[in-house]
Amino acid sequence: MNLTLHVWRQAGPKAPGKMVVYQATDISPDMSFLEMLDVVNERLTERGEVPIAFDHDCREGICGMCSLMINGVAHGPMKGTATCQLHMRSFKDGDTVYIEPWRARAFPVIKDLTVDRSALDRIIQAGGFITAPTGGAQDANTILVPKESVESAMDAAACIGCGACVAACPNASASLFTAAKVTHLGLLPQGQPERYRRALEMVDQMDLENFGSCTLHGECQEACPKEISMDTITRMNRDFIRGRLIGTRA
Amino acid sequence: MTLRLDARIPPGSLAEKWNRHRFEMKLVNPANKRRHTIIVVGSGLAGGAAAATMSELGYNVKCFCFQDSPRRAHSIAAQGGINAAKNYQNDGDSIYRLFYDTIKGGDFRSREGNVYRLAELSVNIIDQCVAQGVPFAREYGGLLSNRSFGGAQVSRTFYARGQTGQQLLLGAYQALECQIARGGVTMYPRTEMLDLVVIDGKARGIVVRNLVTGAIESHAADAVVLATGGYSNLFFLSTNAQGCNATAIWRAYKRGAAFANPCFTQIHPTCIPVSGEHQSKLTLMSESLRNDGRVWVSKKPGDKRDPRQIPENERDYFLERKYPSFGNLAPRDIASRAVKEVCDEGRGVGESGLGVYLDFADAIKRLGIDVIRERYGNLFEMYQRITDENPYEVPMRIYPAVHYTMGGLWVDYNLMSNIEGLHVTGEANFSDHGANRLGASALMQGLADGYFIIPNTIGDYLASSKPQKVDTTHAAFKAAEDEVEERTKRFLSIKGKRTVASFHRELGQILWHNCGMSRNEAGLRTALRKIPELREEFWRNVNVPGSDVELNQALEKAGRVADFFELGELMCLDALHRTESCGGHFREESQTPDGEALRDDENFAYVAAWQFAGEGKIPVLNKEPLVFENVKLSQRSYK
Ligand SMILES: Cc1cc2nc3c(=O)[nH]c(=O)nc-3n(C[C@H](O)[C@H](O)[C@H](O)COP(=O)(O)OP(=O)(O)OC[C@H]3O[C@@H](n4cnc5c(N)ncnc54)[C@H](O)[C@@H]3O)c2cc1C
Ligand code: SF4
Ligand code: FES
Repeated sequence: MNLTLHVWRQAGPKAPGKMVVYQATDISPDMSFLEMLDVVNERLTERGEVPIAFDHDCREGICGMCSLMINGVAHGPMKGTATCQLHMRSFKDGDTVYIEPWRARAFPVIKDLTVDRSALDRIIQAGGFITAPTGGAQDANTILVPKESVESAMDAAACIGCGACVAACPNASASLFTAAKVTHLGLLPQGQPERYRRALEMVDQMDLENFGSCTLHGECQEACPKEISMDTITRMNRDFIRGRLIGTRA
Repeated sequence: MTLRLDARIPPGSLAEKWNRHRFEMKLVNPANKRRHTIIVVGSGLAGGAAAATMSELGYNVKCFCFQDSPRRAHSIAAQGGINAAKNYQNDGDSIYRLFYDTIKGGDFRSREGNVYRLAELSVNIIDQCVAQGVPFAREYGGLLSNRSFGGAQVSRTFYARGQTGQQLLLGAYQALECQIARGGVTMYPRTEMLDLVVIDGKARGIVVRNLVTGAIESHAADAVVLATGGYSNLFFLSTNAQGCNATAIWRAYKRGAAFANPCFTQIHPTCIPVSGEHQSKLTLMSESLRNDGRVWVSKKPGDKRDPRQIPENERDYFLERKYPSFGNLAPRDIASRAVKEVCDEGRGVGESGLGVYLDFADAIKRLGIDVIRERYGNLFEMYQRITDENPYEVPMRIYPAVHYTMGGLWVDYNLMSNIEGLHVTGEANFSDHGANRLGASALMQGLADGYFIIPNTIGDYLASSKPQKVDTTHAAFKAAEDEVEERTKRFLSIKGKRTVASFHRELGQILWHNCGMSRNEAGLRTALRKIPELREEFWRNVNVPGSDVELNQALEKAGRVADFFELGELMCLDALHRTESCGGHFREESQTPDGEALRDDENFAYVAAWQFAGEGKIPVLNKEPLVFENVKLSQRSYK
């Protein structure tokens, strides 16, 4: 199949960017979207041009490194699927495809389609953990966790930290990402001691990082490759308010 | 100039060794710990756990990874689970049994002392991970759940759905981020180590490239830990992530660290087959599918019929035929080789002819579609997403793919290489899996190394070696920086006609055909002739566009592929010298009359540790004899 690509090219963080048109010819429908870009890049290289920079690593939907707004949709048209698992058979011969980076104030562009998502790491630093230094743990089976709790915790823990929720949100809020971690840890007995402090600190950090606030549009849930539920946001808000009320911060 | 390779296994019975060693190791005064800087390259299970734990102990840690966040290390992709000798199922498991299974699974090519310690620590790992909030699967009563894995006769594998690696890594990552916030760890993401700096025989730092700005920088330390993962990407197509590479360990090798058993690689039988030239990676399908799926091809070569139209008597269920007692559950190495054989005969399926059927029709008939959906629903979905075929209706197609590398830098019991102060953990070292790794044991090893072993042994090194103060103004840093700089410029100046990927693909083909699932002298000699030719062309004709002062993914890749050429050659040399078959290393010349791997314990019960002898020179082979005081060596049989 043959496609016309409009790709965001930007030489560096400070350089101006623009959409550039490329023809992607002889593309097999069995290629993944990123393999299609590999082919385009190979041909650019052979012509002596600079290939398109984009982030990726595992190519199996788990590392969270890949991104891309595809025709205005984070991770493209297939629901519950990261860009690296999207295949060209989701497109038609002759299609025009617009490819852009995540756009959010908190995610500055590094080059072309790669952005800096380190703000997400700093949200985790603020409290997205259970303090349990190595060595002090008791036997694992002395902590009983109801199956239902662990299943719900796992649903939230499946977040791959890709940032699609931010890119999809009209306010560029990182609420779904943050809420997924608050929910994962807050549902487990081990996570109780730091539960309210965690919600407070993480939400505050999210604000500091220039993410917008959540007005419950629901675009995040639609874009999320792991289909994390917005219910997690309700839960985070509850923990946050409770934290404020009981003044848990030291 | 051979090396003296002292594994430094502590004396005493297996059960005494680690305990006694911990007592005998020297300690660093708590107040002095923060004066020691330790570099950890890698943020996967082995690196992330080590960096976090050493920071908790009070050391000043610098941690590096090439991805944009430490959470993305390839440990994230592990699916199946992690072993531990908890015996929660009361089914007869014990530390000794896990130890024995691992030694035997490795086809008797690993060290008893190391493996026993690994089995011992496995129980602490589960405790630690649960305390961090890893959501392992549970029973209704709230206790931890287990499954069987990798042919073991006991149920000792802990898992978090099909995302065990992800959840374990997030546990380590969160501990790491907590330490970063405290100031104990400085994290350098999007940074690639390009050289090791050795001063007065001791590892004292690294040279890195900032992948965003292109700046070449030096970092000095009192000790260096490499936790940079495996080198499966040598083969171009593997189940590893695109960025996985051998550069860190290869640079260390060229600075004098011995490389052990490079030819021990593992090929996993059930991966989704290659669909065309464009393919960039292979996706693993859990081995558990072989519990219910039947593997077959047509008896006729080149049979292009729809598999559902091929009558029963024209099918060859070759695993069931060749291994009647194990059937479709023959071990990884055996099954992989059998698949390759039928494809070589022209009986492979799919467009490329490189695939065999994994058919669930009988299981669906026997158990009903709902049971199959419940057992394998998510895997079937993943398969369909990639291939656009519905495995409930058409048989799956599978093919073996390179998955794991047992070889790596040589380390002693303290996980220190033969270069003082250079430690190596996780898949990057060679120590625990011998010639074949059992399922669910790499995660265990990475975490044992990272949480429990290196934080202890590094203290002993620092306390006993008392490293002198060194900083990055030392001439050795400058010299290494210049070399890195020069090499980078060289890639950019060649301006040839071929892309890096085209060379990588070709190298992968050479290795896959000559040093893959089965190996023979003629093939290895061919590879040893072709690789240098291709490498020579690479340095003359590669095209690396862009500049070195920006994000340049082609440049990153060029550096990695250049190292793959050299390591690929060493791998073939090692495979050529080891004329026995063992584990994943199958030498066609060494098989039993019925075609099984034949070990040669008399001549090859040793670790082959190769030492760099200079550019263009044949590396020196050093041997560390393997001594078995507790287990009896036996031949594996699966008929
Ligand atoms: C698809 C798949 C499934 C698997 N399933 C299982 C399973 O179920 N059970 C099991 O036990 N094992 C499994 N394994 C094996 C296991 O996942 C790995 O062996 C293990 O996770 C490796 O961990 P590591 O910490 O050594 O390396 P990695 O997790 O690969 O981490 C390497 C780190 O080093 C960094 N790095 C590398 N090179 C450089 C450099 N030059 N400069 C700077 N940083 C660098 C990377 O950025 C990364 O942070 C699986 C492997 C694969 C591929
Ligand atoms: S919540 Fe979903 S979209 Fe947001 S970072 Fe996590 S996986 Fe990505
Ligand atoms: S590349 Fe890892 S999730 Fe897409």
